[in-house]
Amino acid sequence: MLDSAISIFTSGRNMARLGEGLLITMRISLSAVGLSIILGIPAGLLMASKSKFWRFVLRFYLEFIRIMPILVLLFFFYYSLSKIFQINLPATFVSIFVFTLWGTAEMADLVRGAVTSLPKHQWESGRALGLREAKLNMYVIVPQAVRRLLPGVINLTTRMIKTTPFVFFINIPDLVKVAQQIVELAGMRNNLASVWVYGCIFLIYFAICYPISLFSTYLEKIWQT
Amino acid sequence: MKSFGKFLFALIALTMVSFFVSNGLRAAGELDKIKADGKIRVAVFSDKPPFGYVDENGVNQGYDVYLAHRLAQDLLGDPSKVEFVLVEAASRIETLQADKADVVLANFTVTKERAEQVDFAKPYMKVALGVASPQSAPITDVSQLVGKKLIVNKGTTADIYFTNNHPDVELIKYDQNTEAFNALRDGRGVGLAHDNTLLFAWVRGNEGFVTGIDFLGDLDTIAPAVKKGNTELLNWLNEEITKLTQEDFFRKDYEATLLPVYGESVDPNTVIVSK
Repeated sequence: MLDSAISIFTSGRNMARLGEGLLITMRISLSAVGLSIILGIPAGLLMASKSKFWRFVLRFYLEFIRIMPILVLLFFFYYSLSKIFQINLPATFVSIFVFTLWGTAEMADLVRGAVTSLPKHQWESGRALGLREAKLNMYVIVPQAVRRLLPGVINLTTRMIKTTPFVFFINIPDLVKVAQQIVELAGMRNNLASVWVYGCIFLIYFAICYPISLFSTYLEKIWQT
Repeated sequence: MKSFGKFLFALIALTMVSFFVSNGLRAAGELDKIKADGKIRVAVFSDKPPFGYVDENGVNQGYDVYLAHRLAQDLLGDPSKVEFVLVEAASRIETLQADKADVVLANFTVTKERAEQVDFAKPYMKVALGVASPQSAPITDVSQLVGKKLIVNKGTTADIYFTNNHPDVELIKYDQNTEAFNALRDGRGVGLAHDNTLLFAWVRGNEGFVTGIDFLGDLDTIAPAVKKGNTELLNWLNEEITKLTQEDFFRKDYEATLLPVYGESVDPNTVIVSK
């Protein structure tokens, strides 16, 4: 039985194909997570600021992304934009863009939560020291907020990695789709193909997500001073 | 905080601009465009053997793919000048409408509803219903089914056909293919009705079962589809399929891709379009 399982992975380029699928998954999810963190921090600070305009705009954006299924956004930017406005965007761009839209909104809300949870005297003490807005954020607020952010960010990151299989609907063959292709072909001869291949996918996702969670525990420990 | 606002604003503006810059409008004259690109973009399945699938080496294979290579050969003079767009059943129409592929060759059954959204060329394959049953008690005629239990998948052509035409057959309905086939193995019905193309492959992999009825119901056809209004490409495809039918290309295609799966017992004429 084990022989037949191993033969699924060793026949042809199956291992390499899973690797290529994994690369696609990782490229999309990590680019999106990175961009979301970069864009989400300033957006979150704006959400926590006094500017009514930005608070309204970002609140609207956040609520919009929250109620909109990712699949609908992917379809809209990949198919509908092309149909209505002849804007024919490449699939990888669309997927990174949509995942960044989602990540930025969630990240901004996490930052807002972390910042508003800081006691008011942190701002007042900073101003009393003569710090300008930008420096106050950079040296006083953000470093303290980051620690409170960590669990939320890790949660968001793993959720984004796990949601990438949706990209197949815009014709990108990610890890899960490659697995499905292998299962459908090998399944004609081997009834247990799906168990072995999806089991392998489970291990791959675990191998990606678990270290992230370990890293966050480590960071929480060293920042606990 | 104002500087952050400006920064964010600039970023949004930049994204919008990059949107419109990356916008590649397609020129008129679809055939010229394909020739200028030097490749034809064909939408195929990646997980539906033996029609469209990706083999162990990551190469697209199958009945539809075989045809795609021939189209590239005849249009661009090189069978390798195909760019495969891997689609799901649900994204076939969108893929064409959004101009993500030139032709769909993904086991696309012609229906009235679909024909309103895309243009179908001449058929290159046909599909009808079949009934699979145990070899020990084969069902070879619909009359044998009267008053008996027949397994179907909910909402499929088999379900609709038997409900409308043979109300005297008792139907047991399942959602998933695997469930339905398991029910047949467990003997929950005397037979199972489904697309004959699917049954041929299943029977081959499951000893003790036969496709006693291999052609039943309304004949459906499978054809290449192009974006609505893309007449130039549609006309070319129609001529091409007429030509390929004349030279019995589809029999060659059948022998190369479907025969190894169906085996010798199936009559190719129940599946392919011939002279």
